[in-house]
Amino acid sequence: MKVFDCPVIGRRPISEFDYVGEVRKPPMDADEASWAAYVFNRQGAPGLLREWWYHRPTGRWYVMERDTLKDEVVRFIDLEEVRYDIPA
Amino acid sequence: MPWRLLKYGLKSSHDEPRFFPESRPLKSHYDVVIIGGGGHGMACAYYLAKEHGITNVAVLEQGYIGGGNTGRNTTIVRSNYLTPEGVKFYDTSLKLFEDLSDDFDLNIFYSTRGHFTLAHTDSALRTMRWRAEVNKHHGIDSEVVDRDFIAKEVPYMDLDCAGHSPVMGALYHAPGAVARHDAVAWGYARGAYNRGVEIHQRTRVTGIRTQGDKVTGVETDRGFVSCNKVVSMVAGSTPRITSMLGLDTPIEIFPLQACVSEPVKPFMDTIVVSGSLHVYVSQSSRGEMVMGASVDPSVLHSTRSSFDFVEGLTDKMIDLFPFMSRMKVMRQWAGMSDITPDFAPIMGKTPIEGFYLDAGWGTWGFKATPVSGKTMAWTLANDRNHELIEPFRLSRFTDFDLVGEKGAASVGH
Repeated sequence: MKVFDCPVIGRRPISEFDYVGEVRKPPMDADEASWAAYVFNRQGAPGLLREWWYHRPTGRWYVMERDTLKDEVVRFIDLEEVRYDIPA
Repeated sequence: MPWRLLKYGLKSSHDEPRFFPESRPLKSHYDVVIIGGGGHGMACAYYLAKEHGITNVAVLEQGYIGGGNTGRNTTIVRSNYLTPEGVKFYDTSLKLFEDLSDDFDLNIFYSTRGHFTLAHTDSALRTMRWRAEVNKHHGIDSEVVDRDFIAKEVPYMDLDCAGHSPVMGALYHAPGAVARHDAVAWGYARGAYNRGVEIHQRTRVTGIRTQGDKVTGVETDRGFVSCNKVVSMVAGSTPRITSMLGLDTPIEIFPLQACVSEPVKPFMDTIVVSGSLHVYVSQSSRGEMVMGASVDPSVLHSTRSSFDFVEGLTDKMIDLFPFMSRMKVMRQWAGMSDITPDFAPIMGKTPIEGFYLDAGWGTWGFKATPVSGKTMAWTLANDRNHELIEPFRLSRFTDFDLVGEKGAASVGH
């Protein structure tokens, strides 16, 4: 996988992107063990992984779902799907 | 050896004795099942049999012995780590390595070279000083050296690095060494087999059975075997094993690539690492330049190698060794590194009774082979973590008691 076929900016070389890692949602009100699990634990096993990628030239963030066994992007995720509210 | 050479040299054919036999049927029960027949798994089996008298042990390997990361690393052994926990652990390993050829009666080609970690910036030099002080405090031969010293020991290197990132100094670790990684796995395997351990290659674990929170056996593609204790020593495949038990860990898998050049006459007897340039190099006993860089940027469960890697690596390498621009890359490959957030391994007991982990070996697993085997064997035999691995327990993440070892990773990640 050397090129991302991005729905917004088209086909771009992967070298233009920074890998930021797995998309995770913090537990809003939880004990320390759940917080530790959120901070440190990761999916780990092969399969579909939702992850953040940052496009440096345009300064834009993307979420993609990628098959980590085959290294293929399955789809781009609408950011609305991963949005969550931070309690006031 | 010369007698053997003469004896076999004059014969037209001979049968070299096998290190361990062809596969046999699996027994229905073992005291200990070791998943993974790499260096760590074999070392654990060896010390279980040799030091604890536990021989009803099966090592299950999905491929062949030493075919995973044991045969894919760049064979460097050193103990100049950053944390006191890491320094004590890896130094024990280095001392065990020095005696392995005698223990095995097999030459592992252990070759002490001297290990330079170059500093190109003030901040890098500051980390080197920090490491040197921690190392010296624990009695390890490690010191910060200046450009003149480096120029004398590594005469072919361009210390100005083509002018753009001049070398300011280095952390010098005289005991830094290389060894033949296959021989380490084979030596342990033969020693374990001779003491009664069963080694089953091409046997894949497909599930782990539990009752309550206790392990009762493992499912394999050759049938079920019951056992009291299971230890996972599978490095890059660790999340596949832990997911069988629903056990979450902080491990993420990133490919780590390496390559060798065509063989040339010996000219470099040291190991050179540059954290700032993200490259390292040593010359093998066959004359090849063994080169590596940092892990690939994104998670991937694959051992594919890429042109981007060679391009990026050689670009930096010829800054340090300009004449290498005329050498050809002969082979390249990749292994799956199981990286942890603090760059220290995860070892010992887990919340599941009878399930033990030896994982999180990232880019630092080969040098820990003997000490991992020894301490994990002790841990299995006594059902409590050996004192050397207690800091590396899985629960350190819930205790917020991490072992920050990133500053001592061979190259920046």
